[in-house]
Amino acid sequence: MIPAAFEYYRPKDMEGVLAILEEHGDDARVMAGGHSLIPMMKLRMAEVPHLIDLQDVEGLSGITVADTIRIGAMTTQNALINDAALEAAAPILKEAALQIADPQVRYMGTLGGNVANGDPGNDMPGLMQCLDATFHLVGPEGERDVSARDFYEAAYMTDREDEEVLTAVSFPAPQGGFAYEKQKRKIGDYATAAAAVQIVKDGGTCTGAQIAMTNLSDTPIYSEEASEALVGTSVDDAAIKAAIDAMLGDIDPTEDNRGPIAFKKHVAGVILRRAIERAWSRA
Amino acid sequence: MSDKMHIKLNVNGKDEEFLAEPRELLIHTLRERLDITGPHIGCETTHCGACTVTIDGKSVKSCTMFLAQANGAEITTIEGMGEPDNLHVLQSSFKEHHGLQCGFCTPGMITRAAKLLEENPNPTEEDVRFGMAGNICRCTGYQNIVKSILAAAAEMNSAKEAAE
Amino acid sequence: MKDDVTREDRIGALGGMGCERKRVEDARFTQGQGNYLDDVKLPGMLFGDFVRSPYAHARIKSINTDAAMAIDGVIAVLTAEDLAPLNLHWMPTLAGDKQMVLADGKVLFQGQEVAFVVAEDRYIAADAVELVEVDYEEMPVITDPYEALTSDVVLREDLDPKADGAHGPRDHHNHIFKWEVGDETATNQVMDDAEVVAEETMYYHRTHPCPLETCGSVASMDKVNGKLTLWGTFQAPHVVRTVASLLSGIEEHNIRVIAPDIGGGFGNKVGVYPGYVCSIVASIVTGKPVKWVEDRMENLMSTAFARDYWMKGKISATKDGKITGLHCHVTADHGAFDACADPSKYPAGFMNICTGSYDIPTAYLGVDGVYTNKAPGGVSYRCSFRVTEAVYFIERMIEVLAIELDMDPAELRMKNFISKEQFPYQAPLGWEYDSGDYHTAWEKALETVDYKGLRAEQAQRIEDFKAGKTRKLMGIGLTFFTEIVGAGPVKNCDILGMGMFDSCEIRIHPTGSAIARLGTISQGQGHATTFAQILATEIGLPSDSITIEEGDTDTAPYGLGTYGSRSTPVAGAATALAGRKIRAKAQMIAAYLLEVHDDDVEFDVDRFVVKGAPEKFKTMKEIAYAAYNQAIPGVEPGLEAVSYYDPPNMTYPFGAYVCVMDIDVDTGVPEIRRFYALDDCGTRINPMIIEGQVHGGLTEALAVALGQEIAYDKLGNVKTGTLMDFFLPTAWEVPNYETDYTVTPSPHHPIGAKGVGESPHVGGVPCFSNAVHDAFKAFGLRQSHMPHDHWRIWKTANDLGLHD
Repeated sequence: MIPAAFEYYRPKDMEGVLAILEEHGDDARVMAGGHSLIPMMKLRMAEVPHLIDLQDVEGLSGITVADTIRIGAMTTQNALINDAALEAAAPILKEAALQIADPQVRYMGTLGGNVANGDPGNDMPGLMQCLDATFHLVGPEGERDVSARDFYEAAYMTDREDEEVLTAVSFPAPQGGFAYEKQKRKIGDYATAAAAVQIVKDGGTCTGAQIAMTNLSDTPIYSEEASEALVGTSVDDAAIKAAIDAMLGDIDPTEDNRGPIAFKKHVAGVILRRAIERAWSRA
Repeated sequence: MSDKMHIKLNVNGKDEEFLAEPRELLIHTLRERLDITGPHIGCETTHCGACTVTIDGKSVKSCTMFLAQANGAEITTIEGMGEPDNLHVLQSSFKEHHGLQCGFCTPGMITRAAKLLEENPNPTEEDVRFGMAGNICRCTGYQNIVKSILAAAAEMNSAKEAAE
Repeated sequence: MKDDVTREDRIGALGGMGCERKRVEDARFTQGQGNYLDDVKLPGMLFGDFVRSPYAHARIKSINTDAAMAIDGVIAVLTAEDLAPLNLHWMPTLAGDKQMVLADGKVLFQGQEVAFVVAEDRYIAADAVELVEVDYEEMPVITDPYEALTSDVVLREDLDPKADGAHGPRDHHNHIFKWEVGDETATNQVMDDAEVVAEETMYYHRTHPCPLETCGSVASMDKVNGKLTLWGTFQAPHVVRTVASLLSGIEEHNIRVIAPDIGGGFGNKVGVYPGYVCSIVASIVTGKPVKWVEDRMENLMSTAFARDYWMKGKISATKDGKITGLHCHVTADHGAFDACADPSKYPAGFMNICTGSYDIPTAYLGVDGVYTNKAPGGVSYRCSFRVTEAVYFIERMIEVLAIELDMDPAELRMKNFISKEQFPYQAPLGWEYDSGDYHTAWEKALETVDYKGLRAEQAQRIEDFKAGKTRKLMGIGLTFFTEIVGAGPVKNCDILGMGMFDSCEIRIHPTGSAIARLGTISQGQGHATTFAQILATEIGLPSDSITIEEGDTDTAPYGLGTYGSRSTPVAGAATALAGRKIRAKAQMIAAYLLEVHDDDVEFDVDRFVVKGAPEKFKTMKEIAYAAYNQAIPGVEPGLEAVSYYDPPNMTYPFGAYVCVMDIDVDTGVPEIRRFYALDDCGTRINPMIIEGQVHGGLTEALAVALGQEIAYDKLGNVKTGTLMDFFLPTAWEVPNYETDYTVTPSPHHPIGAKGVGESPHVGGVPCFSNAVHDAFKAFGLRQSHMPHDHWRIWKTANDLGLHD
């Protein structure tokens, strides 16, 4: 598995990145850790005549924790796992990141790469939808923000223009209980089904819920109805069933080596139930 | 074909400088250009970890890194871990506890295990199994690999205590 | 030697048989100093890479290599047309069929080799592969062997449909052979007369040995002296030399085959692949060394697969559970070419060991081999020839019969074991089992795991499940297996006409150290360690002073290689016997030096002593020196021996395994709670290495039983071509195993050893599978096909109504 030849660029700043993107259009691509892109290039399933490595671009990594949490696109999964402030403020990130790939991949794989390339198997897009994150993009026309819930159009198709770069994500510090639940065949596999859940509890009542699913459609799925099915309830069995039913109406899994559609739907329900129960118990 | 790049690396303490195509995969640079053949090629899709090396303090699968990305980096491979008369504790521990059979995964295993123990000197068995899950072994069933790493951790800790 | 050195000390100093000697291989491997195929680097070496077919069945209309040849650094692009004048466009397979080296007019499976690009390095070769233009015309694809046997589509147009194959008459143009053993009429009669008959069909899916190192070769043709050197990932280097000579016409003495360190084999590296042949041809054509190394996708798509057996069984018994007969029919999917690696007379390997560990008086086995549009192969993946299939079959049939009889499966096994007194036991399908004590092993296993306690816990679990208190079921997997390894006696075992003996040649050096060379080749089994242990005990020199060398056909004696757990049973025996020849000569030398008659000295650990006068002795070290520096009347100088060992029989290791598994009914996720493995491999040479082999074999069994498969879609596309989808478990998915043993030596083997490397795989697969089946037994499950991955387990639960 040998990639085709390409021109390599390692600009020091975003102006440099944008200039190359403008010059080469969709012949150019930016690369963060490369752990999604490089295997595709080795299989010659992705053709990238001009490859822009973002590792030297200033200001793309780092985690800022306040009422709004901001994470630079080049922040690795490993950094997400080991940031104490982030763990205190938004522990779901660590829980999810630990379920991505394996240790070596997590040293290289970045949050930005994971959310930007549009692979429906990636875990962070669903999580970002759950957290109602905002993606910060920069392009020739300047900066713009897109909601994670509006960003994904189809597999590998996103709202990002070819000349734009995702620089950071931000989201309000999550409240309440959380869970990232994932079923996979083995370490290193994508999800058969995964669910990201945040729940706020007041007294015995759910006052807010956010539910997103991974690898069960050609995009991550934020299920508004499933979330709403929990609000105002005591998250009892009926409410969970309603949430699952609503979620099942939103997902559209396809058959693959992980199993047929009926199985995936069933497991999606089971995984969501477990995620809700765990999040509720932590709320 | 793209132009060749000027590459500088430090591998196992030695500075290397040469011209190469940016698309060259780091594993090929190590194995074919620098004759460092400890890291191996097993799966080529980032699953098996036979090509694991340490790059700037991170465990990395070198089959999934372009040489251009590694330009300027400091790299340690199994060859840089110990000398024949002064082995790394993990090297002797794998032998002592039969933590290898065909030996093909071993350089990647030991390199990864060294980083794991550096970050977590007192791992549980579960920590070791989770922390080593990026490295596949087809021969040992892992039981003796886990044993080797836990024994090495204990030995390194008691050596540290003795030194203090 | 000082007086305070005891005999035990002397035994200990030898590091001989039975001790947990640390491996001598490990110093190199732990320091990154292994020397595997891809580490071979020669001056001016070129790199070869294949253009492969994206289609499973297609006519090739044209191949245009112009654009590829135009790239700077591309030296040649070979097609079948280039190989035909050398008669190398096809090659014989180990199973008596022939196989295309490069596609000759058509392709028959996805990933088939179409053209071979030779370039200055692997990057240029890969670029050129992309530019070779092949015009294909798609043809109907057959991936189902039953469909193949009724289809009008002729897969192998090169064969005369009416002509016999290598194993006799063919019924249909897609039929390869029919192989029958036993008495079908008598067996049918037993079935008709039986009080109870259980029938079942099971599919043993297609999988792949997938060693961590893929296959490859480096060929270097030296045109000046006419010698070809071939390095490669070969489990049988001498066989490769013979085949290379027969194919190329180069005389065998001008071919040197070297198997360097091998990064795991498991059967994958027994066969001869087009890449080996192309690297040879390319080296002959270019006059330069040529390396070929496949990538992982190529390995999974095109090199030898394992299994793909549809097995239909009938087992009969009396009402109280005494088995009376067994009927087995197999439809064997061999893919596009019959490239199974089996002894020539056994087209379904040793599938006729399918009566297992049980005293079954009457049995029949019929096997039909079939061509389909899948990759060729059918190797023994970590097992002796087709024994995994045989043991899976009988161990599932026993479980099914237990259901039919409403009897505990452990008890059913106990009731039907061949008893200790019956050995040597003549099995109904032809084999003579050498030794065994199955009842003792089974009792020990059941007692250790507290089988009754486990069944009680399971009964409680079922109640809890029915009461809605848990969603996890508990399965208790049982297996008792008998392996048949150590192929084999030359009278009935050969590969391409070469008898399956093996060999050892020993040279003792004057200072009392030694080198021994064998016809086998280690792929992780630790031969350099264990064969030295055998010799240490046999010749009284420390194992640390004995170098073991394998894999170079210019230096090693002829042997058939390492697979089918044959190294210890065959080469291990050759080693012991060569050692005994050394000892016999040493005895003469010792007697001369001690000035007594030959019969007046006897061997004692590391020396010969005068009988009745232990203070008078000569150590083996002294004897070695004398062999080279004293003129001993009537004795040639030197101390060397060679032994070619033709085993009188196979060896029959056995074992008792128990697996305890919890299954999440809602997600289909299994969790192995406990795995107990008792192995009896006869005499134990190095317990540490045996235990390591058991761990590894069980893990490969876990993989095969719970998810590992080569799956095709209807168009013949491989769906599991990378390690994302082809299941190799990591440390996280694998449990700790409990190992145990009994020792029943082989009566015909010089040291009583039987071989162990493959037992855990053979026994492990049905044990994991039986655990899954057992979990659902109370809810009506009889049979569900492997691999038991999450969705298939879930489907089982779903079909049984457990999700309602």
